[in-house]
Amino acid sequence: MDFSFSSDQLLFQDNIRSFLLNEVTPERLRELWLVDGGRCDALWAQLVELGLSAMTVPEIHGGMGMDELDFILLAQECGYAGLPEPLVETMLVGVPLLVGLDERHAALKHHWLARVAEGTARLAIGEPGNPLVSDAHVADLLLLPYGDEVHAVERAAVGLTHNASVDPSRQLFQVEWAPSAATCVAEGEQGRRLWAAACNRGALANAAQLLGLAKRMVDLAVDYTFERKQFGKPVGSFQAVKHLMANVAVQIEFAKGPLYRAAYAVAHGQPGQAVPVSHAKLACAEAAALAAKHAIQVHGAMGYTWEVDLHLFMKRAWALDKVWGDRGLHKARVRAALFDGQLAIGAGTTF
Amino acid sequence: MPLSASAMPNSPVEGMPMDLTYTAAQQAFRAEARAWLEANVPARPLQSFDTEQGFAEHRAWEARLNEGRWGMVTWPTALGGRGCDLIEWLIFEEEYYRAGAPARVNQNGIFLLGPTLMEYGSDAQKARFLPRMATGTDIWAQAWSEPGAGSDMAAIRSRAERVGDHYVINGQKTWSTRAVWADWVFGIFRTDPNSQRHHGLTFILLPLDSPGITVRPIEQLNGLPGFAEIFFDDVKVPVENALGGEGMGWHVAMSTAGFERGLMLRSPARYQETARRLVQLYQHNRESADRDPAIGEAVMRAWLDAEAYTLATYLCASQLEKGGKIGPESSTNKIFWSELDQRLHETALSILGLRGELLPGAPAAGDVGQWLDGFLFAQAGPIYAGTNEIQRNIIAERMLGMPRA
Repeated sequence: MDFSFSSDQLLFQDNIRSFLLNEVTPERLRELWLVDGGRCDALWAQLVELGLSAMTVPEIHGGMGMDELDFILLAQECGYAGLPEPLVETMLVGVPLLVGLDERHAALKHHWLARVAEGTARLAIGEPGNPLVSDAHVADLLLLPYGDEVHAVERAAVGLTHNASVDPSRQLFQVEWAPSAATCVAEGEQGRRLWAAACNRGALANAAQLLGLAKRMVDLAVDYTFERKQFGKPVGSFQAVKHLMANVAVQIEFAKGPLYRAAYAVAHGQPGQAVPVSHAKLACAEAAALAAKHAIQVHGAMGYTWEVDLHLFMKRAWALDKVWGDRGLHKARVRAALFDGQLAIGAGTTF
Repeated sequence: MPLSASAMPNSPVEGMPMDLTYTAAQQAFRAEARAWLEANVPARPLQSFDTEQGFAEHRAWEARLNEGRWGMVTWPTALGGRGCDLIEWLIFEEEYYRAGAPARVNQNGIFLLGPTLMEYGSDAQKARFLPRMATGTDIWAQAWSEPGAGSDMAAIRSRAERVGDHYVINGQKTWSTRAVWADWVFGIFRTDPNSQRHHGLTFILLPLDSPGITVRPIEQLNGLPGFAEIFFDDVKVPVENALGGEGMGWHVAMSTAGFERGLMLRSPARYQETARRLVQLYQHNRESADRDPAIGEAVMRAWLDAEAYTLATYLCASQLEKGGKIGPESSTNKIFWSELDQRLHETALSILGLRGELLPGAPAAGDVGQWLDGFLFAQAGPIYAGTNEIQRNIIAERMLGMPRA
């Protein structure tokens, strides 16, 4: 029993954090808002150069063969930086979905996984039940649900209609496409299984980013409490302000365990991973929602402006809260497992 | 500053990977603890240790635990423990609460003073106090707070004046847990009369039957004297009863408080078992409970939070096993478990409805009275061991680095 990350995993996290802090600055995020499509090939190329696009791709396809647990701290850092590129979904949702296809599609699998690993292709994934697909415009391949079926559709074959989000860094599209036998890569029981796994991975990916976002909002707000002075003192010296931030810190601290537990469950393909994943998504989403609410309060009127950077992260948190299962869905999954008596509970049942 | 590609791995992660399975040795340890507890835990619950008879029953239970070498599993084997690491300690606690074993009347000693003695005590002090603590011969009370020093503990005024090879103690302590029937007490006293605040304090251990001590019981919400005021009137204590050196009292006390806020005071198994009972209570009363949809939600939430507390404790224990230290983030623990305990019991009373107010002995109460007992005790959680407001200040200033007041 060892519930801690390896020194290598922590080292990657440090490396990626410093890279993102230097390269994905609020100024750069704001510049991208002004660019058509809101994405930057140069930034994607930097991520590729670091090996990030190869991380979860199996070695036989030219990747590094790492798992969800190896990537989870990096996903958290991507959240902290507010990285707009679709790295986390590509690595944690798209790649495993392709990997899960059976041997009939070996050629397609290898083609796309190798391209993702070498950085020449990005994936967009249609969340079942969500009419919008994020980053479809920069994706080379879209993985889309049609009932239980999984369809792999190249971008040239779809029509996209942009939908503006409250978060200017998000790029959302309605996708017009025609499912066919040629695009169908999984169906029936296999399709159901793949989409169920994809939904868990999507929830995990968002949970990690939300935890990173929560931490970023606290850091921004804490910095601001030194700068802003009222009654002759930094506002952060007042208890009422301190306690707003402390309450968020408590939520963040107690969301880590559920997040890492869920990443472990997914990485190890444990049965019954729905409950830990839903726990992670709920805990991280709630931490981020409270962080947003208290961070804007601590910033006072400045927090309500376009000028202050808080909204870059706050708006992303508001959006990701609802994607890959909103709280209603995740609560319902936990309740069903907890109250139908199937789940062993009590002391000694956690692992 | 782009990172060089060589900073990234080119092979799957090296080093010790996370492993959320118990080793064969850990499983064997769990089985051994479970078997002993099943054979030894009293069939009927003991009376409250805040009654004279209950105190004696709990003292006897401490002795029995010690005979089985299950009293202080984290202590070294030479001192009657098992030298358990923190993961084994968590396993033992899980089995302890699963078995419904009695509350630890000597928790002030075993979980707070014990670790402090091991860190700061001389060999002579360890030999003198630890074995008697282990057998339940000495049950310990704690004496931190004073009428004018609660959250502001550095405002302590009780004096210990050095006279030759003795201290002479005068003053008053209050909210002293277990002091009514305990044998010894530990606390901090002002040894330097010219000192201010957290300077000039000394951590002193003394018998509660010392001449000059008057203990006045204070009844708690449940009507039982769970704590007391202690009056000191020229109480003589040998200087060798000081722990960690004269003037070092604040430092030593903070480490004790660290244990209290941190891992040792409230093991997660306690809340997991309460949450399990709450889920059962909800399932048995679902029809009436579901008239308020918030109740099912609260039950689910309480269970999730008990799991989150467990996971956080395993994370922390795993860090400590790798050589990490408990830092200011332990203040988040105290807030989390104390507020969780309140929600667990508030939710139970909502489910119980009219029966919820019945005392454990009331004829119509059945076994529901336990929930009321727990509810009352849960009200103290956000107050003792440093109020949650103080913890929030600590989190803001020391963990988040916000400006001091």
